[in-house]
Amino acid sequence: MSDKILNIENITKYFPRVIANKKVTFDIKKNAVHAILGENGAGKSTLVKILYGLLEPDEGNIKLNNKDFKVNSPAEARQQGIGMVFQHFSLFDSLSVKENLILGIDEKMSYSDLENKLENISSRYNLPLDLDAPITALSAGEKQRVEIVRILLQDPQILIMDEPTSVLTPQEVESLFVTLNALVKEGRTILYITHKLEEVISICDTVTIMRSGEIIDTSSTTNQTAKTLATKMLGQKLDDLKTNYGHIKDEVNFEVKNISCDFNDPFLTDLKNISFQVRVGEIYGIAGVAGNGQSELMDILTGENINIKSGSITFDNKKIEKYGPQKRRDLSISFVPENRLGHSAVPELSLSENILLSQFPKNNFIRNGIILKNNVDDFANNVINEFKVITPGNDAKASSLSGGNLQKYVIGREISSKPKILIISHPTWGIDAGAEHSIRESLIELSQNGTSIIVISQDLDELIEITHKISVIYDGNLSKPFKTSEIEIEKLGLLMGGKNE
Amino acid sequence: MNSLFPSIVSRSQSSGLMNFFVPIISIVLTLITGSIIFVLLGFDPVYALYTFFISPISSTYGISELFVKATPLALIAIGLSYCFKNNIYNIGAEGQLTMGAIFGGGIGILFHDTNAFWLLPLMIFTGAIGGALWGLIPAILKTKFNTNEILTSLMLVYVALFILDYLVVGPWKDPFGYSFPKSRPFSESGRMPLLFDGLRVHFGLIITLFLIFVSWFIFSKTIFGFQLKVSGYSPKAARYAGFNQTTLVFFAFAICGAFAGIAGLAEVSGPIGLLYRDISPNYGFTAIIVAFLGRLHPIGIIFASLVIALTYLGAEDAQLFLQIPSAVGFIFQGLVLFYLLGAEILINYKLTYKKLL
Repeated sequence: MSDKILNIENITKYFPRVIANKKVTFDIKKNAVHAILGENGAGKSTLVKILYGLLEPDEGNIKLNNKDFKVNSPAEARQQGIGMVFQHFSLFDSLSVKENLILGIDEKMSYSDLENKLENISSRYNLPLDLDAPITALSAGEKQRVEIVRILLQDPQILIMDEPTSVLTPQEVESLFVTLNALVKEGRTILYITHKLEEVISICDTVTIMRSGEIIDTSSTTNQTAKTLATKMLGQKLDDLKTNYGHIKDEVNFEVKNISCDFNDPFLTDLKNISFQVRVGEIYGIAGVAGNGQSELMDILTGENINIKSGSITFDNKKIEKYGPQKRRDLSISFVPENRLGHSAVPELSLSENILLSQFPKNNFIRNGIILKNNVDDFANNVINEFKVITPGNDAKASSLSGGNLQKYVIGREISSKPKILIISHPTWGIDAGAEHSIRESLIELSQNGTSIIVISQDLDELIEITHKISVIYDGNLSKPFKTSEIEIEKLGLLMGGKNE
Repeated sequence: MNSLFPSIVSRSQSSGLMNFFVPIISIVLTLITGSIIFVLLGFDPVYALYTFFISPISSTYGISELFVKATPLALIAIGLSYCFKNNIYNIGAEGQLTMGAIFGGGIGILFHDTNAFWLLPLMIFTGAIGGALWGLIPAILKTKFNTNEILTSLMLVYVALFILDYLVVGPWKDPFGYSFPKSRPFSESGRMPLLFDGLRVHFGLIITLFLIFVSWFIFSKTIFGFQLKVSGYSPKAARYAGFNQTTLVFFAFAICGAFAGIAGLAEVSGPIGLLYRDISPNYGFTAIIVAFLGRLHPIGIIFASLVIALTYLGAEDAQLFLQIPSAVGFIFQGLVLFYLLGAEILINYKLTYKKLL
């Protein structure tokens, strides 16, 4: 018992309509790197937020060094010896490194003490820093170093790292691993949150795998391979496949060729030479863990971003990569981006008004710049009835609908105009099972009537259930397509974790 | 145990009824605070408030004056709502008003001895052009260089005022004006017709009501109004819909500038009749309060412009009869805005006392 620093027992956390953590139980060994591995939405962040005092568990308890551990705020967590480095940095860009570090200190400390301490930390843990540099001038890896030093100033026993390598270059990752090893040698414990299989095997001692809010397994990493981890992380999801390829025509009607795009932004993923083809009536899935270039690719497919470096998009023998969203809609291409509130719908506007965000030539909503309200209302009512949207009426504000209902409404709006191509991102993200089912059903039905559909999703279950072909996007690269009916789950898992072969 | 200080938490849904009452509540609170100020200054609050808010409009002439002041306020405020609905903070309407007065007034000076039916329409048109051009400068800076329109539009106010200053002491100075810093008077046909004999309320009021009606139509019935609204609520949704946001910024600034320019021209060709230094008692800035007090709604703006116009008249009467500086009018305008913004926060957020342990 003495070598365990943290005991997590039966932690349960409910959110509206979903259990984020379900009787989560495991121990963390002192002086080790402990990984928590899981897909997005598996419950990793919820668990970590509970540990760091950002969320309160509904059930269960946690022991730190065999004493009951209960914190209500990150400040309390830090006092108890738990520090956390977040995926997105919380630094003041216009201040210098030194100023940012001073701001992060809870206790009083003289200036010379601070400098001594910083020097000590920098040299001991391989964390070189230019104290006078402004944060804006730093690379993502250097910013992360500032975050780590800031936490180390408080001398934590446990350091939580949330997806620490997601914004780093390979060299910076190497350097981070040296730091982590030095920290562990000192007797500290690291809780390492990730979805990258390779990292778990190369630097972690123990791994806890989570899926749908539950612990699947906690074991040593010594005898694991990326393959065994992938299977556990994703589950055996291949059992009931349902695919019908009969109606797909041989004709390719949407082709993306060698699209590359550089953003020069640490929070965005550059797209590298992306190519794929979609045939008439085909549902083409793009799988991948969040933050590997999906939203960047979506913006290019919808025309919200037309500043690509190279490549082309061809539809109906037209090059459309420079067309804006409305011009693409005029060609009968329709889109549903990931976020409902504020992107595919405006929460402050009524359902009727939200119809006008996406107009197709045959809609007849506008004459001489004047809105034909009756036509718009009829269209809205039609969508509400046909897609069984639960709402008091077409004048209800979009914000008053539940996520699932609003998503049905938005997708219904797009489908009702019978587009030739539907490009949809995360169609069932954050909605209840009933709505999820009906949305997937309507997508399949649409494809059978000859619409080609491109689905970007993190939900492998979903992609396997509805698509005909799947590619995996990882770090801005798109893999070759696999026929969904013949696909191997291990292969997908490896590709999603960035391991080709 | 509860914490000592409340924290501000977002409300899941804001009440539509309260939304309507906010302007009224703010005005009531302003009156209460105003009475306290009067008491502290040693006045009987009832008498002071009467002097401030009732006596100015207890005559036909007073009511006419109320409309004279409300006209530019309402016209600029409705123009500003094109910007504010689009989440563009144009606070340079005073400069756009000044430029409208210079452009339109320039025509008036050029044709100071011409009497023709086309003169006033031409002045109104050039006034609108002048205001719109001045409004387009921050629009270009914003869309091309991503500058903050709050700063640029504000700074351009002072540029416009200095240009006016230069013109009336320099090239446009009245050669028969005993060296006073003012221009020649406009000819009779370059003046806004008066609506009633002996009262100063002028044709600008009709123009204003017409433009308010047109704006109501644009806001509620046209796709352009819809695009302004969407891009104000959520730029991402506007991008998704394929609305051209650069064009929307240009249109919003140009329309606002044109309305402010017409308001400026209406002032100089209405009550004033020539160009001089102080053509506007900060109408362009005060209209910001009018626009928000009227909740960017045409009908609301009409009422709000009357309320705020009253603070101008009240301040003059207070100076005359109570011997307090007319700046007290600004205090009232400030109070209204203060309570309005405060109430606005409470509509969308609530105060809660966080439980400690």
